[in-house]
Amino acid sequence: MSEGTRTIEVNYLARVEGEGALHLRIEQDRLVAAQLRIFEPPRFFEALLRGRDFREAPDITARICGICPVAYLMSACAAMEDLCGVEVSAPIADLRRLLYCGEWIESHVLHIFMLHLPDFMGYPDAVRIARDHPELVRMGLRLKKAGNAIVALLGGREIHPINVRLGGFYRAPKRADLLALRAELEWALGAAEQTVARVSALAFPDFERDYEFVALRHPEHYPMNTGRLVSSRGVDLPVTGYDDYLQEHHEVHSTALQSRTASGGVVHLGPLARYALNRDRLTPRARAAADAAGLGAQVCNPFRSIVVRAVEVVLAFEEALRLVDAYREFDLPALPVELRPGVGYGATEAPRGTLYHRYTVDQDGLITDAKIVAPTAVNQAVIEADLRHYLEPNLHLPDDTLRGVCETAIRNYDPCISCSAHFLKLDVERD
Amino acid sequence: MTAPRLRLAVWKFASCDGCQLSLLDCEDELLALAEGVQIALFAEASSNMLPGPYDVSLVEGSITTAHDRERIQQVRAESGLLVTIGACATAGGIQALRNFRDVEEWKQLVYARPEVIDALATSTPIAEHVKVDFELRGCPVSKRQLLELLAALLAGRRPNVSTASVCEECKARGTPCVMVAHGTPCLGPVTQAGCGAICPAYNRGCYGCFGPKETPNPAALSERLTELGMDRATLLRVYRSFNAGAPAFADEAARHE
Ligand code: SF4
Ligand code: SF4
Repeated sequence: MSEGTRTIEVNYLARVEGEGALHLRIEQDRLVAAQLRIFEPPRFFEALLRGRDFREAPDITARICGICPVAYLMSACAAMEDLCGVEVSAPIADLRRLLYCGEWIESHVLHIFMLHLPDFMGYPDAVRIARDHPELVRMGLRLKKAGNAIVALLGGREIHPINVRLGGFYRAPKRADLLALRAELEWALGAAEQTVARVSALAFPDFERDYEFVALRHPEHYPMNTGRLVSSRGVDLPVTGYDDYLQEHHEVHSTALQSRTASGGVVHLGPLARYALNRDRLTPRARAAADAAGLGAQVCNPFRSIVVRAVEVVLAFEEALRLVDAYREFDLPALPVELRPGVGYGATEAPRGTLYHRYTVDQDGLITDAKIVAPTAVNQAVIEADLRHYLEPNLHLPDDTLRGVCETAIRNYDPCISCSAHFLKLDVERD
Repeated sequence: MTAPRLRLAVWKFASCDGCQLSLLDCEDELLALAEGVQIALFAEASSNMLPGPYDVSLVEGSITTAHDRERIQQVRAESGLLVTIGACATAGGIQALRNFRDVEEWKQLVYARPEVIDALATSTPIAEHVKVDFELRGCPVSKRQLLELLAALLAGRRPNVSTASVCEECKARGTPCVMVAHGTPCLGPVTQAGCGAICPAYNRGCYGCFGPKETPNPAALSERLTELGMDRATLLRVYRSFNAGAPAFADEAARHE
């Protein structure tokens, strides 16, 4: 290694889902490499789906990620129902939204309290935070549990719910069972507002970027299960247009397939994008919480994503309460879904951003081609760009400080590396 | 002086992270658990990663790369007890579907540069590589069983985990049999208990996510499923899912190939 060359490695990124590493190379005060490496073993979902029955796609793809299985269930259902020309009834759509609220809550709260907050508070993990601030961690655990209770009731269990099928659910809940959640959801809504206040008071690095935000947009609601694909640069497409807009590019120096726009642009998915594109669709208390936290029309400091995530938790509890109160038992928990061979497209808003599925199904109902683009696969390019922009003016800082900020910057995106296993990246360094 | 605490490590191989997440989903017990157990290594939850040896290792995920085949030996060497959690670790997981296909072809389907992908032709359970002291089934594991396991470890006794079938849990729960009542195909008779018979309680047949029970009779079940109208190709797929690599399911699937 020549004089003035520094290599900073994080060999095993902690507090992310899945396995990843970070590699930085600095030569003579110049940053020459900032790479997020993924060494999650490939699991070949797109290949193993071939030959499976189209009705199996939701349960199988749920196993891509144990943290956001509902997102996979929902995107797979959306794609197959698109294929078969089925539009679910209003009560089914409401139950799906409620289920998704549960997942947003448990996933966001896990990330806020257990994965991201330790960075800002200077602890290695939530258990250590609990020694000094037990009430804070207990509040987080109780909030998470409230989200899990929704998923467990509608889905049968918290992880890999069993109650989702094409066209709807195997069994619709009893009104009394949903109402039994109510008191806890009421408490949780208040606690979620407190969470926004707490995290908005954290100290954030002074750093902003001009992003191309991409998310779904729905005519009435903050987006979860359906909507058009929109961007902050004016794109507005049906989900069937996803492949025309975002394409997987093959990086020469790696095995990575990085998603970019057709013109090579890097896009940003997730809470900041949903917020920027759908602020007008926030529920009243979520909007009030955002205003009180000083969030403007959009948030361009990625380190503040923890605040936006907390605002989305408020929204999810508010929506959950609305849906629970409006729920009336109904007869047909699933609409019949008749096979129509062809291509189906589906996208929903996973906690980490838009999750896209596309399937081709033959006349026997067997999948012949599958394409799944997890939000982290798209966000990898923006994470690396954030790292470069943050690092360049800060290279004089000591390695430990840089390493810490970089890890936090990666966690801003709550990257789910398990989901991204098909864009495994290899680090090849040449002179 | 407090008593020395059990040093626990949580490891991940090819998997979805769901089984280790089950540990974090023990919201009510987590902080108490952290009192009784020293979580020495749990990368998903803590950036504090302490070196071995560990009293107990929980291992999630299956062996699918040459590198992981080496790594599991290291984990074994550093662990007093090694417990596998979930269908990936105990049967190879859904990714074991490759065991019946050509993985080279799959690499080309999924990756732009297949030649640089490290992937074995098979996805195998941990017990195929090293000695395993105890197994928890399920995709994912059940939280109840996970807590029972940890309580047993702390008390130095054997975990009380049933090896009966899902059917018995249905009976215990008072759920009418979906196969008898509605003619819904169900793998409950050949699947190991543990989940609490969730699927039948939700009007759905069991799809076998806890893997085969002890001494199952899948041939008899297949006959019944055929009477219910299932064709050979469907039967094949039914046994080839999240526990495709478990011998009893793999063998029964092969009979319908
Ligand atoms: S067994 Fe299932 S839940 Fe557990 S890690 Fe594997 S895929 Fe995930
Ligand atoms: S009933 Fe069967 S498929 Fe359903 S959770 Fe239990 S073991 Fe898994």
